Parts: sequence; structure tokens; C-alpha cells
Amino acid sequence: MNKRSPVQIIQPYLQVFDGTLMLFVCLILIVGSFTLYSAGIDFPGRFEDHMRNIAIALVVMWIAALVPPQTLMRFAVPLYMLGVALLVAVAMFGLIKNGARRWVNVGVIIQPSEIMKIAMPMMLAWFFQKREGLTRWREFVVAGLLLIVPVGLIMRQPDLGTSLLVLAAGFYVIFLAGLSWKVIAAGIIAAGASMPVVWHMLHDYQRARVLTLIDPTTDPLGKGFHIIQSTIAIGSGGITGKGWLNGTQAHLEFIPERTTDFIFAVFSEEFGLIGNAVLLVLYLLLIGRGMVIAANAPTLFTRLLAGAITLIFFTYAFVNMGMVSGILPVVGVPLPFVSYGGTAFTTLGLGAGILMSIQRHRKLMQS
Amino acid sequence: MTELKDTEREVHQFRVRLSVAGVVVFILFACLLSRFVWLQVYKHKDYVAQAEDNRISVVPIVPNRGLILDRNGVVLARNYSAYTLEITPSKINGNLDDLIDELATIVDIQPRDRKRFKKLQEESRNLGSSPIRVRLSDEEVARFSAQRYRFPGVEIQARLFRQYPLGAVASHVIGYIGRINARDEAEIEDSEDATNYRGTEHIGKEGIEKSYETQLHGTTGYEEVEVSAGGRPVRTLSRTPAVPGDNLILSIDIGLQKVVEQAFGNRRGALIAIEPATGDILAYVSMPNFDPNLFVEGIDQQNWDALNNSPDHPLLNRPLSGAYPPGSTYKPFMALAALELGRRKPSDAIADPGFFNFGGHKFRDDKEGGHGIVDMYKSIVQSCDTYYYILANELGVDAIHDFMKPFGFGQKTGIDLRFERTGVLPSTAWKAESYKRPEQKRWYAGETISLGIGQGYNSFTPLQMANAVAILANNGVVMKPHLVKTIEDALTHKRTLTVPKESYRIPLKQENIDVIKHAMVGVTKEGTSARAFAGAEYVSAGKTGTAQVIGIKQNEKYNAKNMLDRHLDHALYTAFAPADNPRIALAVIVENGGFGAQSAAPIARAALDYYLLGKLPAVKPADKALDKVPAGQDEVVE
Repeated sequence: MNKRSPVQIIQPYLQVFDGTLMLFVCLILIVGSFTLYSAGIDFPGRFEDHMRNIAIALVVMWIAALVPPQTLMRFAVPLYMLGVALLVAVAMFGLIKNGARRWVNVGVIIQPSEIMKIAMPMMLAWFFQKREGLTRWREFVVAGLLLIVPVGLIMRQPDLGTSLLVLAAGFYVIFLAGLSWKVIAAGIIAAGASMPVVWHMLHDYQRARVLTLIDPTTDPLGKGFHIIQSTIAIGSGGITGKGWLNGTQAHLEFIPERTTDFIFAVFSEEFGLIGNAVLLVLYLLLIGRGMVIAANAPTLFTRLLAGAITLIFFTYAFVNMGMVSGILPVVGVPLPFVSYGGTAFTTLGLGAGILMSIQRHRKLMQS
Repeated sequence: MTELKDTEREVHQFRVRLSVAGVVVFILFACLLSRFVWLQVYKHKDYVAQAEDNRISVVPIVPNRGLILDRNGVVLARNYSAYTLEITPSKINGNLDDLIDELATIVDIQPRDRKRFKKLQEESRNLGSSPIRVRLSDEEVARFSAQRYRFPGVEIQARLFRQYPLGAVASHVIGYIGRINARDEAEIEDSEDATNYRGTEHIGKEGIEKSYETQLHGTTGYEEVEVSAGGRPVRTLSRTPAVPGDNLILSIDIGLQKVVEQAFGNRRGALIAIEPATGDILAYVSMPNFDPNLFVEGIDQQNWDALNNSPDHPLLNRPLSGAYPPGSTYKPFMALAALELGRRKPSDAIADPGFFNFGGHKFRDDKEGGHGIVDMYKSIVQSCDTYYYILANELGVDAIHDFMKPFGFGQKTGIDLRFERTGVLPSTAWKAESYKRPEQKRWYAGETISLGIGQGYNSFTPLQMANAVAILANNGVVMKPHLVKTIEDALTHKRTLTVPKESYRIPLKQENIDVIKHAMVGVTKEGTSARAFAGAEYVSAGKTGTAQVIGIKQNEKYNAKNMLDRHLDHALYTAFAPADNPRIALAVIVENGGFGAQSAAPIARAALDYYLLGKLPAVKPADKALDKVPAGQDEVVE
């Protein structure tokens, strides 16, 4: 028997990953890790935890990449059902923390809305695949219902941020599935017209967040403080930034979220406009690759799922950077592959893995 | 074929939509980029300036200290706010003395202030700032503020000060707070409570202010303040409010306290009054007393010398730290011992010749010729010594010790103040432990004799004496004596009793207790305190006592006129009233006051008159000069 070199042994495993996508993910991970090291300097053990989270995410990604999309399809409905059941459980006997009922204890404490983030697009993609060729307005109504019910449950928790993300994920599938342009136009108009009603229904703190957006100094004690400090941080970075590890902790010192939701502020301060541009390009490349995968996917299910996942990546990145730079209201959304956080990393790794799986199994599937 | 075409069309449609999405993505990212350009290019200078200027500092919020009130809500210790002028020497320009001279042109600064400032600086904590002036008037505040720019390192601070509105009244109970010095600092660091004392400048030093420091202090809050380059607070970002300290409601009745302090006049001594059923200390008098307000901001040298070097020792906490022989006030307890141990019946009588011979020593009764036929009742009412010499000799020191111990003699009561002395309740074991030389370690039978009349090695604090009387009045049920009755939570106003239930019971026969009580009532009706209690509108029980300070030689007579003031006997009196259902029990000692009947009993009478009837004393209390009774007069003596 020939002795195989270590590289030869590992290679088949590595080939599970999609080269191009992996490249962009890794580049973002590296940039993110440098930033986290700097932001997390006052948190003992944070960087080590982050490395661990990355490792776990890579493993999840690898496993997901192995799973053929047919299997995913089989899981779509049960996962969705489970998610909805758990959401109902939360509504009935969930745990309250910080004034929101978002968790339930089934032996371990879990947050079902996290499951819905991936279960929703899968379910809708499966649905459209099933009804492929027969799609008429009736199908879209059913899809809408499938979407609205969990979104409503999540909104009631209350967890506006996550509900909007799940809504977006579902919407992307529906849009890509061919939702009539007329309906979209009508929808935009209706949304605009219903602003006052929506405003009325918002909780106090949610209204406050919107108002804070317009003028952060009205809420200097709460989220306004974060925005003020993060825009100062970003602005003071200038074109070239202050350099790695030179971000002044002074004004970010009292934002514990500087390693999570607000890590972009640290990044901007240290790497400046040039750094920001590079990051935007990296995300664009990642999203671009995802779109290519979606465009070339063999089945409707895989196309819809890949497209939705890609647009979810975009949504996270855009909303996070927009919030931190003060053009969007504060919503708890992590910066993909940069923000510290185990759950988000796992979900993102799963998403990237599914994309890779779709790309890998292209030749093996025909619709 | 159509299937394939359909699929193709489907895929095409999908790709169109995907492209639309792609375009939207691109546009939105471009928006983000333009936002970044706006922030990082156009507004860059502004943000750099802001980043430099603004800092956050975390400032502690000092909690309001709890109040101290008497049982009826009269305020004994309170807080008021005033302005201080504070100097941080590390931050000033130039020489400190010159700076103070300059300041003196704007604000009144006395030499006393300078001295105190120097002293505080030496003792100060790491904060480094000390007040050069306290309690500035509004005008002074305005004058300084206008000139503020000339004095970097000098600040006006609004501070809370402690005030004791009643001055010297109950000063030994309340104690005082003072500025935290290096020693306090070390104690705080050790106690793990260090973060709670950030920003606190005062701490309890004596009395209740010290023993309840934790409850009175409260919990420090925090404020996140945005601070400009000059160090001036710009705005508050977040605030965790401080939790104020608990208020303490004392068991003291301040009206009673005042009456007793007045009754003492300028004499030295102590009085403790206890409510027998609860252990509440109704009055805790130590004379002379002092004004605690002097200590709050740092006492000046003159006042300190006056207090510290005075031969009357005003700072001494007599009820706790003074130990005296109980004298004849011990006799009711001896009699009770005799009954309980089955050694005497109330009717058992002796023929009192006026002395008791033992071991070649003549133990004298105070009445020459003796009291005649003396049964238990008479032995207490007329305070016959011989009866008790004999009794003590029969019982023996250890039996006396074992009976007396549960009454708290020679034990710490556990009162909520520091520095309680234990006193001495002698026994063979105690003597063996306390002395070094073998011949001293032995207990000699002759030493027991004088124990019976409360002399010899007996040495108890006035608190112990009052406690014992209270136990007797309460028929043997022991309640722990305490000064703080309830603690009131500052936020919820919930009150918690500090001593909700009894400590233990002494198993005494009620009929024996009644015999003793009956005899003590007799003391006030036809006995040694009859004069003092003539005309009282209630029935009280009591016992006079006279404790020797130095021994009279065998053949000498006690002659008050010839003795130095400070060698005069101490006057004692114990009492409780009303006799059938006592609401108050007390013990009073007047140092060098001579006979108990003369000096101590009238003070007890004043106290009981006030507490039971609300009567305030009409005449001025007896002067010191009147205590020396000329010999040979027809007085009831003991």
C-alpha cells in the first residue's frame, strides 16, 4: 500500500467545501477575528470562545455540505412543524427574560425563533417545489399564510427583530418563486399607507428605537447612547483608520455589545473607510457567489433555498452595518461571520453549508 | 418538449428575479458606502474632536444615611445638606498655603479651619480632597463660583452632614460619625465591603452609629457621567440609584432620658431603665456626657483635650464600661437564692447584734447595735448586713455564683454596643484562673462573707444590675436588653424587631419571687427609700445600695466629712414599677454619691414619676454639696 501524505488524506474531506464560497467566508472570518481580538480585549476568554465558535461553525458547515438537498427536502416539513409547535409552546409556557417570552425548556433551554430562521425558507421552498408548474395566486396565498403564522407568533413574544428576519427570509422565497409584480407594487403601497397603524401597534420601546434613529440625542441613556458612540467611533476612523488595536476604548468602553452587534464600529474605527470598502466588497463577493450557486441550482427547491439564504446573508450584513452607522433603527442583528455569538455562527455556518451542498450535488440531481 | 421549455422558462424567470435582487443589493450597499463616506470623510474632523473630548466616568452616588429615632419618633440623628469648599492638593497650582491665603480673601477661613484641614489631609483617603470650609453660606458659594477659574483643584461640593439635634442627650447611646481615616480605610478594605464605601467620607465611630454602621450606611449607587475635557460633567448617561440606609428606631424614650440626665445635674454616674417584658432599654444615661456634633467634621484640639483629659471622663461609657460593686442592691437576689435553695423560709429570723465574727475578723453592720430581730422582709426593708453575712457564709461562694449567673451578673448581656465589660462574678474557679500566685489562687471562706452584701470581688456593670432587676420584675423570663427596637427599611418602610422573643427562663418559684417583690415594695413604704418615695402615686419596688470605694479600717467610723470626694461611697438604687405589673425596671448609680437613699433614690423617683405619670420635676435636683450627710443625724442609714 502506498503511504499517503497528510494532504492527500485530508483532501477528500476538504473537497466537501465549495472552494470559492469558502474563500470568501474565510477572508471575512479572518478580518472578523482580528477585529474581535481588539474589541474583546477586556473580556477574558472571549477570543478563545470565538475561535471555538468558528470551529463549531466549520464543522456544522461541513456536515451540512455533506447532506444532499433531497434529504433537506425531507426535513423541511417536520422541521417547520416542530418550529411552529415550539413557538406555540413558548406562547403558552415559555420562560420570560428581560420582559420577553422567547425561550422554552424542553430539557435544554432553546429559542424556537432561531429554528424558524432556517425552517421557514426550507418549508416555503419545499412548498413551491411541490406545487411546481401549478403556481397561481392561490399558492401564494397559502405561502403567505405559512409565513404569517410563525411570524405573528414571534412578533407576539415580543421579538420584532427576529420576526422581521423570518418574514424577510420567507418573503425572499416567495419573491423568487414568482410573486406577481403587481402584488409587490400593491404591497409596497399598502405598507406605506399602513405606517400609521403599524406605528400605533408598536411597543413603546420599539417606537423609541425609531425615534432614536432620527435623533439619537433624544435617548442618551439608552440606545441613543450606543448610536452616538458608534458613529463617533466610525467617523473618527477617517479614511485609513486608527490601526489595529488602536481603537480608543474610551467611548466604546461602556458598550458591552462592542463584540457582538456593534463590532462594526470597532472595525470602522480601526480600519477606516478603506477597511469598510474592503469589507463591503468581501460581502458582495460572498453574496455574488451565493447567487451564482442559486442561478445554477438544478431544482426549484434548491434554487429558492439558495437564493433565500444568500439574501439572508445580505440582510444581516446590511441591517447590522446600517444600524451601527445610524441609518437604520437598532435591531439585534449580528454581522455575519464577524460578530461574536455561538448561535448566530451555527446558523450562518449551516446556511453556508447548505449552499455548498446545493453546489456539490448539482450533477447528482435532476428535476 | 414543453416540459423542458417550461423548466427553461422557469429558470429564466428565476434568474431575472435573482438579478433584480442583485441590483437591489448593490444599490443598498452603495448607500451604505456613501453613509461611510459621509461619516468618515466629511464629518471626520467633527467626530475626531468629539472622540477626544468625551469621556465617560463612573461616579458613585453616596446613599443617604439612615436616621436614628427614639421609640416615639423623636429624631436623634439626622442629615442635612450643605456646601463645602474642598481642596485636592494634587490638582492645585503652586503652594498650598498661598492658595489658602488667596481663598481667605473670598471666603472666611479661620485658623481653626486651617488646622483641621491639615489634620484631615494627613489622615485622608486616596480621594485626596478635604474640606477647608464646611457649611458655606449661599453668598460664599456665589462669591467663590464667580472666582472659580482662579483656583484649579478647588471645588464646591454639596454634601450631606450628620446632625444630632438634641446635642449631648443620650450621646453615649447614639455615638457619632466622623471622617474616614487611614485605620477605618484598612478595616473597610478588609471587610469586602470596599465598593460600597466608594465616595463615602464618613463612618460610624462610636455608639449605635458604629454598631449599626452596615444598616445605617445603605448601598452606594452609580452614575455614568459624560465628562468634558475639563473634567466637568456634561450629562448623566445612566443612573443606578443608591439605596438609603435603614432607619433605626431605638427603644429609648427620650423624654425619660432627658429627665434623668437633668436629675443627675453635674454628678457622675449611670442609669439604665429597661422594659421588663421586652428588654427594651428605655433610658441609657451616662453622666457626664458630651456633644457628638463636635466630632462629625473632625473635633478640634481644644475640645478634644477638654473631653479627654477631664477627670470626670465624659467619654467613658459608664453603663457598659464602668464596673462597680452592687452593694446592698444585691441582697434581694441573695434572699431569693436562700428561698430557692431551701435554706431559708421567709419567717426565719436572726437576732442582729450589729456584727458578724468570722475567722478573727469582725464584719460590721452599718447600724451600730444592729437591727434587732430580723426576718427576711426586714432584712431587705431595713437593709440589714448581718443577715446576709450569715447567709453568704452558709451558701458558699460557688452556690452563690451558680444562682446568680443566670441573672446575668458577671456575664456580657450582648447589648448592641461595643466595649461591654464582663465584670466579675466570683467563684473558686474564677479565682484559680485569675490569679498567678498559688496562695492567691485559693478561695478563702472569709472572702465569701462580704459577697452577701454585694462587696468583695463582686463587680458588675450598671447594665448588668438593671438587667438583673428587669429579670426579677419579669418573674425570671429573660429578654435580651437592646437599644435598637426596630429597624425600618428605608424603601419599604417595613419594620423588623431586633429582639422578638425571650432568650431563656430561669426556673423560679413564683411564691418565692412574690416574697422578694413584697419586701422590695416595703423598702419604698417603710424602708430605706420611704423618704424618697413619699407621696408617690404608684406602688414601686426598690432597693438602696451603697458601695464602698475604699475599705474602712476595722475600728474606724465612716465619716463622710473627712473623706476625699472621690473616696466617698457610690450610691446605688434599683427599682421596678408598678410593683404588680412592672412596666419599667431600673438601676442607677451615682459615683461618690454617698448613701443610696440620698443620691440615687431621688433620681429613680424622678424617672418613675415621669415614665408612669408624665410628671416633670418641679424643683431643681439636689446639688453635690447636699450629699454629704452630717453624722449623727436621725436618718435611715445602711
